[in-house]
Amino acid sequence: MDIKTYIESGILELYVAGRLSENENQEIYNLLQQHPELLQEVLEIEAAVVKLTAAVSPHAVNFNSIKGKLGASETKVVDLKPKQTNWISYTGWAASILLAAGLLWTLNQNTDLEQQLQTVETDNIYLETQIEDAKTDLAATKNLLNVIRDKDIIAVPLGGQGDYASSFAKVYWNKADNTIYLDAEGLPNAPDGKVWQVWSLTLNPLTPTSLGTIDDFNTDENKIFTIANANESQAFGVTLEPEGGSATPTMEQLYTLGVVSATP
Amino acid sequence: MTDLDTLVMQFQNKNQVAFKKLYDMYSKSIHGVVYNIVKDTAIADELMQDVFIKAWHKADTFSSKKGRFFTWILNIARNAAIDKTRSKAFKQSRQNLNADYFVDIIAGYDNLDDSTDAIGIKKFVTQLGEKCKAVIELLYFKGFTQKETSEELQMPIGTVKTRNRNCIQQLRDMVL
Repeated sequence: MDIKTYIESGILELYVAGRLSENENQEIYNLLQQHPELLQEVLEIEAAVVKLTAAVSPHAVNFNSIKGKLGASETKVVDLKPKQTNWISYTGWAASILLAAGLLWTLNQNTDLEQQLQTVETDNIYLETQIEDAKTDLAATKNLLNVIRDKDIIAVPLGGQGDYASSFAKVYWNKADNTIYLDAEGLPNAPDGKVWQVWSLTLNPLTPTSLGTIDDFNTDENKIFTIANANESQAFGVTLEPEGGSATPTMEQLYTLGVVSATP
Repeated sequence: MTDLDTLVMQFQNKNQVAFKKLYDMYSKSIHGVVYNIVKDTAIADELMQDVFIKAWHKADTFSSKKGRFFTWILNIARNAAIDKTRSKAFKQSRQNLNADYFVDIIAGYDNLDDSTDAIGIKKFVTQLGEKCKAVIELLYFKGFTQKETSEELQMPIGTVKTRNRNCIQQLRDMVL
């Protein structure tokens, strides 16, 4: 093959222009591998065309203008510190919140308990008072029971009189210590301005002796009244008298009367 | 194997340093080619950048057995630029497309720089015969085939090849 004629044909210029067929391109490629002078010719043609075309460009454009868009094959920037959940921090916060909530709850519980304690203490004091009262009542009742059971006691039932037949009372008389115990449960409360008055009577002749008025009748709980009596009484009576009492009993207001039975 | 072959192989292995060297060697030429077609600096800038980005992403499709690297990228550039001129938006914005040849553009630059190349090329284009201007314009800038050029210039097909050879030889004498 005549290399010189081949060069002079102008095919290498068309090769650089990129206007040959695929077969021609392949053929020239093979020839270029075998003939350095052909390759040299191609390099010179290419260099001349590169310079000519570059001369048409009004300005150069820096490579950096496209560098950012070559990303796909660039080494991927690996985040050295991948965002990982900061469990220690989260756990700390959670613990703090739990602790605060717990403290508040405890404080609240404490206040509640203090209030409950206060209530219980109040209840306790009230109960203690009641127990004390009960003890006192019990002692009084026992005392009364002892009085009534005393062998020296004389029991005198007082029956209802006249219009007041439904009334009744009892006198327990201890001659040893000159005391009577009037159980007036069967009498109504004294109306306003009136007061019950107790009388000791001797029968022949009929002589009443006042043993006094019962001023606290309406407020007394057990209606048992302790009254001094040094008389040789043969009977006892209870009348309703004006406040302050009377010198002699008002017979129309005699509610109950009872005679002392023969001395045992 | 030439240094250029090595660079191209590295480029095909996605070596950005090699690609930058190829860009520095050819980007101004590609810019010139697309600018000669679209006649708009901003569009030419964008097209040239797109061409090199496309080349980078399609690097594996290049084969030296099918042609020169410069020729490969020159083809991509011409196709991209011609596609651009066919787009509706481009046609509407450029109703009166300047019909200047590359020689008129080069001649229009008032001593852009005083490098040997620039002086030589300017001298070349001013002395270049009309037939040479047309042949080079069609074969290298417009991508016409030998047959298309012969029809366009009403010149026997064999004459296109030899005349082009003579024109390029004159260029080599001026700038190499």
